[in-house]
Amino acid sequence: MCLAIPGKIIEIASDNPESALIDVVGVRRRVDLGLLQDDRPVPGDWVLIHVGFAMSKICEQDAKEQMETLKMLGESEAALQEVSGYGLDDSITD
Amino acid sequence: MKGFEVTMRFVDEFRQPELISKAAEEIRRLADPGRHYRMMEVCGGHTHAIYRFGLKDVLPSNLELIHGPGCPVCVLPMGRIDDGLAVAQQPNVIFAAFGDMMRVPGTQGSPLEHKARGMDVRIVYSPADALKLARTNPEKHVLFFAIGFETTAPSTALTILRAKAEGIKNFSVFCNHVTIIPAIRAILDSPDMRLDAFIGPGHVSTVIGCRPYEWIAQNERKPIVVCGFEPLDLLQSIVMLLRQLKAGEAKVENQYKRVVPWEGNRAALRAMSEVFQLRSYFEWRGLGFISQSALRIRDEYAEWDTEQRFSVPGVRVTDPKAAQCGEVLKGVLKPHQCKLFGRECTPEHPIGALMVSSEGSCAAYYNYEHRKMATANILIQTA
Repeated sequence: MCLAIPGKIIEIASDNPESALIDVVGVRRRVDLGLLQDDRPVPGDWVLIHVGFAMSKICEQDAKEQMETLKMLGESEAALQEVSGYGLDDSITD
Repeated sequence: MKGFEVTMRFVDEFRQPELISKAAEEIRRLADPGRHYRMMEVCGGHTHAIYRFGLKDVLPSNLELIHGPGCPVCVLPMGRIDDGLAVAQQPNVIFAAFGDMMRVPGTQGSPLEHKARGMDVRIVYSPADALKLARTNPEKHVLFFAIGFETTAPSTALTILRAKAEGIKNFSVFCNHVTIIPAIRAILDSPDMRLDAFIGPGHVSTVIGCRPYEWIAQNERKPIVVCGFEPLDLLQSIVMLLRQLKAGEAKVENQYKRVVPWEGNRAALRAMSEVFQLRSYFEWRGLGFISQSALRIRDEYAEWDTEQRFSVPGVRVTDPKAAQCGEVLKGVLKPHQCKLFGRECTPEHPIGALMVSSEGSCAAYYNYEHRKMATANILIQTA
């Protein structure tokens, strides 16, 4: 529940400034940037993601550390599963 | 110095072993041997981390960590699950929820068991995906079973705003969002609870910031440190709390500055206050009814509120008598002191929600502590 997953913003949709393509250790999915409208991130920025929404901007070093934290907690797989699941891939409907 | 050997074995597995060692030594130095310390970690994520890292092994025996109410699945009363599933029994309804909810038992079984009996139950990883289900299934109604503290509530709020903007009418939220501060207040008001300090939640605080905790320091005179999720974060926070206790201070401090801004996330708070208002009261498993402790959807967004659109039974279910979830949730009992722990109630066959979520103290205790003890017993027997 409390997972916060670090991801890098790859691109922001040209027709929707609140939809971004992010990369989490190679998995690319769309997330919602609506909760960062006071401090909009740009491509190349790192963010913490929770349930498909970017929650806060962080620096690259902190993003790496957050991934390490998830590994230590034994939750990096769950985090990747969550990110892979964004957008309702067929694989997760069961 | 058996404890020290344990410490060394413990630190080898993690990053920054020297710093972990130093923090553990500092805790031993600061802790007054003539005093018993009771610190509550509010967040379920911290409970999980504490058991996973075996932190108890490096803490002095007079420093006790009490597990708090910060596991959203665990504090949800069974009646709310029954209510959500009752609405989903109607034809053409899709029940969408996070994976954490799927094995939580209702009176007639968990959402997963309802799926096996034919209910259209879907796991989603984001409320936005529940909305997407509504978009792609216009002939059905999608009920999103929303749970979570302030970490998750803004995302649900924004999803409702998006549904309104797009005019999606076949989507509603069964809102079970709760707020952390009233739960802490209820625990502090509880007569059988004596606490010295709080380890404050990490990711909830990215949204609410650190100010909402100030009354704990100012009015209740209890130190609180907002804390990250690594062993070093937890140990450093305990050092900060012990320093305050030693100096007779009570302040809010932020150990998790790399992620938590002091002021929180204003855009997230705005989305929440646009869509939600406080319920006058809400029932928490184990803690009972707590006033102004949960969120409901404002009347302006009634169209996306399951409770305003459908007739919800409003079931109240008492927990199975033998299960002592309430006492464990309040920190009065340790998980293994419950009569059902590890026997009738296991992560494979959970009776209470504390055994379902990996953030529930029973599941965390079972997965790490209980197994470790079982292994130790086998070693003793075979030695």
